[in-house]
Amino acid sequence: MAVLLLAAASPTRAASVELLNVSYDPTRELWRDLNAGFAAQYQKEKGVAVTIKQSHGGSSAQARAVIEGLAADVVTLASYIDTAAIAQRGLITGDWVKRLPNDSLPYTSTIVFVVRKGNPKGIRDWPDLVRPGVEVITPNPKTSGNGYLSFFSAWGSVVLRGGSRQAAIDYVTKLYKQVPVLDSGARGATVTFVQREIGDVHLAWENEARLEVQEAKGELDIIYPPISIRAEPHVALVDANVDRKKTRAVAEAYLKYLYTEPAQQTIARHFYRPMNEAVLKSHAATFPALRMFSIKEIALDFPDAHKQFIAEGGVFDKIYKPR
Amino acid sequence: MSHANRRVLPGFSLSLGYTLFYLSVLVVLPILACFSKAASLTASQFWAAVWTERTRAAYALTFGTSFVAAAVNVALGLLIAWVLVRYRFPGRRVMDALIDLPLALPTAVGGLVYASLYVKKGWLGQYLVPLGIQAAYSRLAIVLVLVFIGLPFVVRTVQPVLEDLDAEAEEAAASLGATRWQSFYRVILPPLYPALLTGFALAFARSLGEYGSVVFVSGNMPYKTEIAPVLIVARLEEFAYGEATAIAVVLLVISLALLVVINALDRWSRRSEAHA
Repeated sequence: MAVLLLAAASPTRAASVELLNVSYDPTRELWRDLNAGFAAQYQKEKGVAVTIKQSHGGSSAQARAVIEGLAADVVTLASYIDTAAIAQRGLITGDWVKRLPNDSLPYTSTIVFVVRKGNPKGIRDWPDLVRPGVEVITPNPKTSGNGYLSFFSAWGSVVLRGGSRQAAIDYVTKLYKQVPVLDSGARGATVTFVQREIGDVHLAWENEARLEVQEAKGELDIIYPPISIRAEPHVALVDANVDRKKTRAVAEAYLKYLYTEPAQQTIARHFYRPMNEAVLKSHAATFPALRMFSIKEIALDFPDAHKQFIAEGGVFDKIYKPR
Repeated sequence: MSHANRRVLPGFSLSLGYTLFYLSVLVVLPILACFSKAASLTASQFWAAVWTERTRAAYALTFGTSFVAAAVNVALGLLIAWVLVRYRFPGRRVMDALIDLPLALPTAVGGLVYASLYVKKGWLGQYLVPLGIQAAYSRLAIVLVLVFIGLPFVVRTVQPVLEDLDAEAEEAAASLGATRWQSFYRVILPPLYPALLTGFALAFARSLGEYGSVVFVSGNMPYKTEIAPVLIVARLEEFAYGEATAIAVVLLVISLALLVVINALDRWSRRSEAHA
């Protein structure tokens, strides 16, 4: 709904510009702070007032909205899959991943475990999740980015530690048998785990897990498995829209701003892992080291992994085949 | 079609024109768009998308739970309408207003609330789960929330008919020696059939398309509690628009067929009522 209202973003005027940043669900607070920082800086340097509108929703629903004509100047979606789908329709052109530093990734994130106070089931690593009596909460990989990232992490935890493909299939089959509810999105899974008190471990985005534990006031703990997926929420300029709205210069400056020291600090404060090594190190207490494996270690890329594991006819579909 | 049967009310062509226009823009056009999107698939792609073990399980679940919920609503709705029309008691107006609440409440909220009531640690779940009654994350959960969503439709279609019903007929039946049960199902019930059927059809149709509340209570387990709209969303996540709309088209066609049957039943019951 907000999407429709924002779609009417007005064109540029001389000394004031409006940008639309189309993003995914949990980044509301992050972008509010980043936008304020950028607007202040741009005003000081260029004397131009920038207003940045934000639109949030499920990542792939947001991508579909942009494909259908939502006039986003930049997209900051949860997964390469969604940004690539927009690029595939010609709205983002060229080798867009390489246009910005660090493969257009101002920050990365990962999937971690949230457990009940004191970790009563002693969950430390992926194999612990399939012990008898452990209930796992994670959203449906078919309808949620958090869901498929959890799946990829689980898969990688087997094959990247020497397990065979069959061992990985056996592992995820067992794992999803211990998932009592497949919520449709990340927020639903959080409600199931925190409010309904269902399950022993919640596989969540690191930044969401941090907030979840903070808000639970001691009732929940965060556990870092030794290995997990490197989530890659790329940022990109939507070429077709910025050319039409004549906002390219501002939009480019906006995305470049994300790599500056103050922006990287803001990112770290919101529990996303900044790409700037120095900033990351200064927040070492917040971001324990773990092996964050790249999707390229288990598939060609994210779309390929989605096709092999999650999409119709993939590994995930076979898990639930009756009998 | 001219002077011979001039209509009493003016503006027939204008109002018909508007009706057709609105119907086309609001209903027919989106449905056509849906069909044309699905038509972008080849026949074999279409069948592969809509007819698998998993989609069949989802259709059966969607139609089955909607049917059961609508049937429950017919019984419950009749009872509630009866109480609201025939008895005067304090709080009746409040109760009457409450009936429409499911229409106003965002269904996702309804789903979330139902689930939190019936889970193991919920207000009701703490007593039901030990008895083996899983009223959250099960088929029963889907039926419960669909009953909630569909309730106003039966009550609001039956209520006005009941209000018009003369108590004299019942009194006559009683004085002619009918038992209370006889006067209920021979005198009161028959005039209500058309309204009950319409209410059933509305509640049923409403349930078929319900997504927001069901995803929060069903648990979405494939083959068990996964409704067809969840499959549509799953295909959209793959940017497989054609396949997603194909499933929607199947739902539409089956629903349309069922509604036609219900309408036919309705007309038949009205006619037999007139003859009685």
